[in-house]
Amino acid sequence: MSELVTEREIDRSHMQVSDEVAIQITDMNKWYGAFHVLRDINLTVYRGERIVICGPSGSGKSTLIRCINRLEEHQAGQIVVDGTELSSDLKNIDKIRSEVGMCFQHFNLFPHLTILENCTLAPLWVRKTPKKEAEEIAMHYLEKVKIPEQADKYPGQLSGGQQQRVAIARSLCMRPRIMLFDEPTSALDPEMIKEVLDTMIELAEEGMTMLCVTHEMGFARQVANRVIFMDQGQIVEQNEPEEFFNNPQSDRTKLFLSQILGH
Amino acid sequence: MSETHAETTRFVRTEMLAEQEPPITEKGIVKWIRENLFSGWLNVILTVLSLFVIYWVLAALVPWLANSVWTTGSLAECREVLAEKGLNSHGGACFSVITERWPQLIFGFYPPELYWRPIVAFVIFLLGIAPVLFQSMPRQALWGSLAAPFLVYWMIWGGSLWGPIITAAGFGVGALAFVFIGKAAGNILGTISAILLPILFWLFLTGPIVAGLSGAIPLEITKVESNDIGGFMLALIIGISGIILSLPLGILLALGRQSHLFIINKVSVAFIEVIRGVPLIVWLFTASLLLNYFLPPGTNFDLMLRVIIMVTLFASAYIAEVVRGGLAALPKGQYEAADALGLDYAKSMRLIILPQALKISIPGIVNTFIGLFKDTTLVVFIGLLDPIGLSNAIRATTEWNGIYWELFIFIGLMFFIFCYSMSRYSIFLEKKLQREHR
Repeated sequence: MSELVTEREIDRSHMQVSDEVAIQITDMNKWYGAFHVLRDINLTVYRGERIVICGPSGSGKSTLIRCINRLEEHQAGQIVVDGTELSSDLKNIDKIRSEVGMCFQHFNLFPHLTILENCTLAPLWVRKTPKKEAEEIAMHYLEKVKIPEQADKYPGQLSGGQQQRVAIARSLCMRPRIMLFDEPTSALDPEMIKEVLDTMIELAEEGMTMLCVTHEMGFARQVANRVIFMDQGQIVEQNEPEEFFNNPQSDRTKLFLSQILGH
Repeated sequence: MSETHAETTRFVRTEMLAEQEPPITEKGIVKWIRENLFSGWLNVILTVLSLFVIYWVLAALVPWLANSVWTTGSLAECREVLAEKGLNSHGGACFSVITERWPQLIFGFYPPELYWRPIVAFVIFLLGIAPVLFQSMPRQALWGSLAAPFLVYWMIWGGSLWGPIITAAGFGVGALAFVFIGKAAGNILGTISAILLPILFWLFLTGPIVAGLSGAIPLEITKVESNDIGGFMLALIIGISGIILSLPLGILLALGRQSHLFIINKVSVAFIEVIRGVPLIVWLFTASLLLNYFLPPGTNFDLMLRVIIMVTLFASAYIAEVVRGGLAALPKGQYEAADALGLDYAKSMRLIILPQALKISIPGIVNTFIGLFKDTTLVVFIGLLDPIGLSNAIRATTEWNGIYWELFIFIGLMFFIFCYSMSRYSIFLEKKLQREHR
């Protein structure tokens, strides 16, 4: 899969990671009924970090990032995002959600709204941005993801790759400080994977803090400064990409990598 | 030259063939008839049989309609006219019952000198509903739509204009309470006060204020009692009020049934199941008979108002289930995307979920509305003079004793016009909201 990612060199010099903590997860546990999905998760994400989370299906990686913006509720432990702790306080949840962008596997664009309306909706209604300004912001980000000419179409008229780029632009319109990606390329054809990954690489180059659940190992090698491997609801191994791929420590990681890179 | 080539395996075309007309059996009406009516021996038989049945029905119906009498004053006179033409008493229709009783069928016993008022009310209703139905109209016109119900009420029932104005002001009190108390003390207190304050306002303040203002500036027109209202006017008042009120209530019930809040959820479920599980006619009897026992003695709670409330509650239970179907049909991702953008519950419902769920539910909602509108004829059983009730009254008079078909055909046709318009509007709306393949 790695050859799908652009071959151009990435200038890593911009990708400075600061000491400022963006997300702090401490002893976090989550159950679905009696099923223990996430076990004792401890994770600190610094501002500007690009983290790729991988692991077999059912390992809890999606659930982990969905806990960060409270699409899933955790039952024990602590999650602090940008200094705000996630509790059942609705005000905190809305505040965190408006600062954390998210892209989904199935894009989840709003089919009854045009591309432009999809992008302006949250700024208009959550941030109370004036309409004209919201549209300028939306066009700015649509240009960034290279589809400004589609602004007046409806999501159903776009290809999968275009839809996912709109979804990224829609999140960016809220000017988030953190972006979560939940398998953003898993529902796409190979040619479309590239255009979405290119957009994500560009975003990384600008220093966005990113947590990305993906199976695109080429992307992980190229962009991530940390790769996390999860299995059975636990973080099994985390390391810098070079080390992670070339010198995996645990047997579980070795097996996973051999399966995913073996063909 | 081409002939020589045709005999060998090698072939070169030397001139291109011109386009030719298809044979007569492959185009136009002939093709259609062959394919649709005479495509096999079974279809030939069925076609001939159907033609015979159509002829048989029309042979009876057309002369009956063609010989119809429109100008006589009673059934006996009508039959005389038919007899003069050499026809028996069933040789022609006596539609003169419609022309003679027209005002009654439309207005019931509304005072004839005031017929202009329901007509004005109907025009106001049409003007008010148009911007709601057609988005191409200017959005400012919706303010007019808000005022329309109060004007319509005043036009039909008459009395002092201050009554509807102060009643409308009650809604204003609610809106102000929601905005200001909501801002100062949180959304929940805001909502509660937005419901409570208007009710208190209507109960204790409306009466004195209206009396005071009417004393100072009387804006009075002749009062008309609900008992005098009948015919299609009654059916339309009950039907349209029920339709307009049951939609928002049904949506709230559907959201309530989806809610994770225990009490709201259980109350909605209980309401829907109880209302839907009992026949409408039972609820109408409840409205007309039982409610009087429960209300404090001396309260005069208008029967038509009670019926409208019952019909509204009944329809809203059905609407709630239709809308719930629409809500359930939306992918979970839509809820998640709305949440992830930071939209709160009210905004995500209003902007994301309901527009899509309601679009899916349009056929079911309109289906419920059509059912509701036709069910208004059930009020005949509690003594209201809807078109059916009036037709019974008309047939009981000496002039029109013995007439059936003409009245029922007329009533059926009127209902059909309204229901078919609703159906066409539903199709128009579905097409307009079609986003997937445009």
